[in-house]
Amino acid sequence: MPRRTGAVVLAAIPLAVLVVFFLYPVAGMLDRGLRPDGHLDLGGVLDVLTRPRVHRVLWFTVWSAGLATALAVLLGVPVAFVLHRLRFRGQGLLRAVVVLPFVLPTVVVGVAFRQLIAQGGLLGGLDLDGTPVAILGALVFFNVGVVVRTVGALWEGLDHRAEEAAAALGATPRQVFTTVTLPALLPGIVSAASVVFLFCSTAFGVVLTLGGLRYANVETEIYLLTTQELDLTSAAALSILQLLVITVLLAGSHRARRGAVPHAHTAAARRPRRGDAGLVLLTAAVVGFLLTPMVSLVVASLRDQGGWSLQHYRDLQGDGEGNALLVTATTGLTHSLLVAVQAASFALLLGVLVAFLVSRRPRSPGAERLRALFDGVFMLPLGVSAVTLGFGFLITLDRPPLDLRTSPLLVPIAQAMVALPLVVRTVAPVLSSIDPRQREAAASLGAGPLRVLRDVDLPLAWRSLLAATGFAFAVSLGEFGATSFLARDDHPTLPVVIFRLISHPGEANFGMATAASVVLAVATTSVMLLVERLRVSSVGAF
Amino acid sequence: MRTRLITASALLLAGALALTACGSEEKKADQKVDQKPGKTLVVATHDSWAMDKKVMADFTAKTGITVKIQAQGDAGQLTNKLVLTKDEPIADAVFGIDNTFASRAIDEGVLSTYEPTLPATAKQFELQGEDAGSLTPVDYGDVCVNIDDTWFTKKGITPPKTLDDLASPTYKGLFVTPGATTSSPGLAFLLTTVAAYGDDWPSYWKKLVANDVKVDAGWTDAYTVDFTAGGGNGSKPIVLSYSSSPPFTVPKGGTEPTTSALLDTCFRQVEYAGVLRGAKNPKGAQLFIDFMLTREFQQALPDNMFVYPVDTTVPLPAGWDTWAKTATKPYTVDPAEVTEHRSDWLREWRDITTG
Amino acid sequence: MGLEIRDLTVRFGETAAVDDVSLDVPTGAVTAVLGPSGSGKSTLLRVVAGLETPSAGRVSYDGEDLAPVPTHRRGFALMFQDGQLFGHADVGRNVGYPLRLRHRPAGEVRARVDELLDLVGLAGYAERMPATLSGGERQRVALARALAVEPRLLLLDEPLSALDRGLRERLAGDLHDILRAAGTTALLVTHDHEEAFAIADRMVVMRDGAVVQDGSLDEVWSRPADAWAARFLGYASVVSGEAALRLRERVDPGADWTEVALRRSAIRVSEDGPFAATVLAARMTPEQLRLDLDVDGLGPLAGVAETNRSVSVGERVHVSVVTDRLAPLRPADGRSRRTP
Repeated sequence: MPRRTGAVVLAAIPLAVLVVFFLYPVAGMLDRGLRPDGHLDLGGVLDVLTRPRVHRVLWFTVWSAGLATALAVLLGVPVAFVLHRLRFRGQGLLRAVVVLPFVLPTVVVGVAFRQLIAQGGLLGGLDLDGTPVAILGALVFFNVGVVVRTVGALWEGLDHRAEEAAAALGATPRQVFTTVTLPALLPGIVSAASVVFLFCSTAFGVVLTLGGLRYANVETEIYLLTTQELDLTSAAALSILQLLVITVLLAGSHRARRGAVPHAHTAAARRPRRGDAGLVLLTAAVVGFLLTPMVSLVVASLRDQGGWSLQHYRDLQGDGEGNALLVTATTGLTHSLLVAVQAASFALLLGVLVAFLVSRRPRSPGAERLRALFDGVFMLPLGVSAVTLGFGFLITLDRPPLDLRTSPLLVPIAQAMVALPLVVRTVAPVLSSIDPRQREAAASLGAGPLRVLRDVDLPLAWRSLLAATGFAFAVSLGEFGATSFLARDDHPTLPVVIFRLISHPGEANFGMATAASVVLAVATTSVMLLVERLRVSSVGAF
Repeated sequence: MRTRLITASALLLAGALALTACGSEEKKADQKVDQKPGKTLVVATHDSWAMDKKVMADFTAKTGITVKIQAQGDAGQLTNKLVLTKDEPIADAVFGIDNTFASRAIDEGVLSTYEPTLPATAKQFELQGEDAGSLTPVDYGDVCVNIDDTWFTKKGITPPKTLDDLASPTYKGLFVTPGATTSSPGLAFLLTTVAAYGDDWPSYWKKLVANDVKVDAGWTDAYTVDFTAGGGNGSKPIVLSYSSSPPFTVPKGGTEPTTSALLDTCFRQVEYAGVLRGAKNPKGAQLFIDFMLTREFQQALPDNMFVYPVDTTVPLPAGWDTWAKTATKPYTVDPAEVTEHRSDWLREWRDITTG
Repeated sequence: MGLEIRDLTVRFGETAAVDDVSLDVPTGAVTAVLGPSGSGKSTLLRVVAGLETPSAGRVSYDGEDLAPVPTHRRGFALMFQDGQLFGHADVGRNVGYPLRLRHRPAGEVRARVDELLDLVGLAGYAERMPATLSGGERQRVALARALAVEPRLLLLDEPLSALDRGLRERLAGDLHDILRAAGTTALLVTHDHEEAFAIADRMVVMRDGAVVQDGSLDEVWSRPADAWAARFLGYASVVSGEAALRLRERVDPGADWTEVALRRSAIRVSEDGPFAATVLAARMTPEQLRLDLDVDGLGPLAGVAETNRSVSVGERVHVSVVTDRLAPLRPADGRSRRTP
């Protein structure tokens, strides 16, 4: 049984990493909350769930995430059509723009958004500041790309002959869409919607910055309970609730995905026609919506003392007004790049192992269940509070042999855990689409398992590996949640530098923060553009 | 072969999970202070830490100790992190626990005793009673309402002066403050109102809410985004900030700030330093606390962290004596009382402000 | 010796895809496993290739138990229905792949690739990419690749099923010749009896995971194990019971069979035929008229007529029986290992 032995060994490595760097810290935090005096206090936990405040928080979480998900789907599906079924110049750039918000640090976006809707801002007249509309807008901003990529990847591979057949049988374009195309896309839409709902219901930075204090979701509530009130029992109660909901969502997303194995072939895209005008306009509007906060950020970075200037960019070589930084912003950028290289390497290494295992086609129902479980467990980091994870690191990885709190690898490892699900989602579909008989043919001709990997999997998967690496790299560049808990200030990443700059007074610091944000956005956009050139449709899809 | 591997990986999993269960029981006894300090010193502090590199280099030159700064969020987060990690402290020394969180840190046994000789003028900032031995005052600051004078001049509106003014219809929708649950200046402002109105503070806050006060998550949001003079495109000319904020609004080429602090609305925040219990380099921590009380460090505080040195004999930066005066009669609340009532006050405050 | 399979069972969950199968693949011959889809023939092939783990039983080659030998060390080669060429490599690299795996010198690889391409009739194709080839060409390349290192056993999984009819017939003949020219031992699985007859020397018929019948082509063809096997082998009709005895009386009174399979051409319309029949349906083909008949005393049977004779539905005709076009079935207690 050499195959199964191999699978067990391969599975053990990422599982061990997940246990040590995710499950164990989270369990440590929950443990503190559930056993405040050393014995289990379930009464306290249940008590938390009966508080009116908790009910308000839960209700807000559900409706804001639900509505944002619906909006993201309504906007994302037409955009997916335009960006993935039509063919026109500049499409690659637009596709990169659509995923960009996903990799931008929330702290940057939060500030950019607020600048936009604050009463003096570009959209100030709409009086959105502090309203749930602003939160919804930001949630859609972050997540519409997920829908576009997921649905687009599926749409691209859809065999258009089924649509042609329906048309030949007399179906109007609308009927073709509702009776053939939509049902075929449904698994992708459901999968994307559940992941977006997951992201929205666990959104943190955006809700905290834009919600003021009026609106809190489960995630910000956990943050407040943990960091401000030290009410770990309540935090644990909410975390457990969150974990349960996430598990259900991931299971739903998994079931939906099962119905949609992306096709290996890419259907020919066509040039836009007159009839596409509406959709193209909608796409332009969505892209405009995604670009506006970023443009306002660029403008802010170039304004100094009422005029245009590159001063804020020149300032990046210094350490800010009033020594706001311990190192210069450029050092922060260098460090960010280094950390991103490390994080992307870890994520790729682990992600490829996981993707390899989940892309095998199991032959018994038992093995299938095990595979699904394995797959799901590695998606969990997507939906667990960064606060819980960050604090968990602090209280669990604090003694030998796991005394890692001061290790320079801690930040890359934490970021790798965040990027891991994205790497898996990028690589696994490509590996699954490889006909297993290719591997069997090679093996029968005398190629050992490693040789099969090199000769069959690698030539077909290298693009997706490269794309996943780039994606992980971009995500790491922008990661703020977990990093802010773990980064050491003498070795900050650029988002941490930006956060420090905006938390210190002085117009120069704020200007530097906008300049640094632009630098960060340009860096991530460049990486995403390169990734886009590889034309791996599973990037950013779920 | 296969069974062995399965067993091995199962053991690995079980082992990792078991780690969560053990560990918290073993408490470290207070380490003895060695005669020789370690070569590096880790200082946990809040996100507002900033200091001249030259000053820090002087400390290293004097003592041979390199200081590693670890910012851990705001004062509240800092304190709570230290409480959570007290079994295996994340640093040797802490700087930045303020009088609103001092009691929690002390009650939770985060700190060990160290009582350096204070500059004569610093005595007034010391904690009362036994607590004085655990935390050393380093600086203080006044959290005050700030106003954009230019805005009020331009609009021809008389600027507010007192807390009561903020609830007046004249200033409806003009005031922004960071929240008490999410930021330390916000908590300080809540305590200001507690000190000013006693048990009646909730009704004052209800009036503020009725007057459309905007409550942001953090100081950054309130000052840099919503305040008219904070660098962003804000629309609120009244903001909760510090008495030291105005000098930073002197325009380039100008000589006077465009904003000022309302000195009748201030809460006095004192920031303390202490040696953490279980520190790996307690001697170094003590040396660093001594250093923070030297004139060199004290003098560098205003420019770097916008706070006033506890050694009031050191000269302040230019302009501070005119534009960054401290309150003569700041509001205060006894730290022990803060610790006792904090959760209740915050819960009530949250219910009022988030309706 | 060659390949020996003994008491082999493969279970997927509750169901046994291969149920206690034993068979031999002698050296130097081509053995075909013939069965409908779901008969377990492909699973059997995958077990031999080492791609599937048996639940019970033993597979050995020249006496060596293959259980601990992984696929790539078995010295076999597997050729799939659709070739499974490596799309990213040209024809030459595909064919030379197993040689490079064995670190043969480049010159030798080149020479051998040319030789193999010549053997499969694709000389000069080395630089072409698989995507530019026709289905038949791809299968030839796949065959050349499989033969490259002279495998001690060549495994063929429906090698011609994906091709259109004309090509399939041509390639089947070529395959037959190439395998004999190379002296290759081969195990072929297919659902198409024509493919099996065209390529193989020996045949194993499988159904529901079990072997129904095995033997040389002639043995299997002339004595189908039962009515199902006869139909699967291409016999058009099976006559049993009273009708069979009536037929035996007429064509071979001395025989003792009780059930017989008839090819379509066994029943022929002729003026002097001994049986009368009613035409139920008639269909024209280039070779002959294909008829569905209701033969008096024998029941419904397939039959033929010369193309120059016009036959209409409902017409009464006389038919004769061509004795060498029918095969008596083995009695139920015969040598077949299992009756389902």
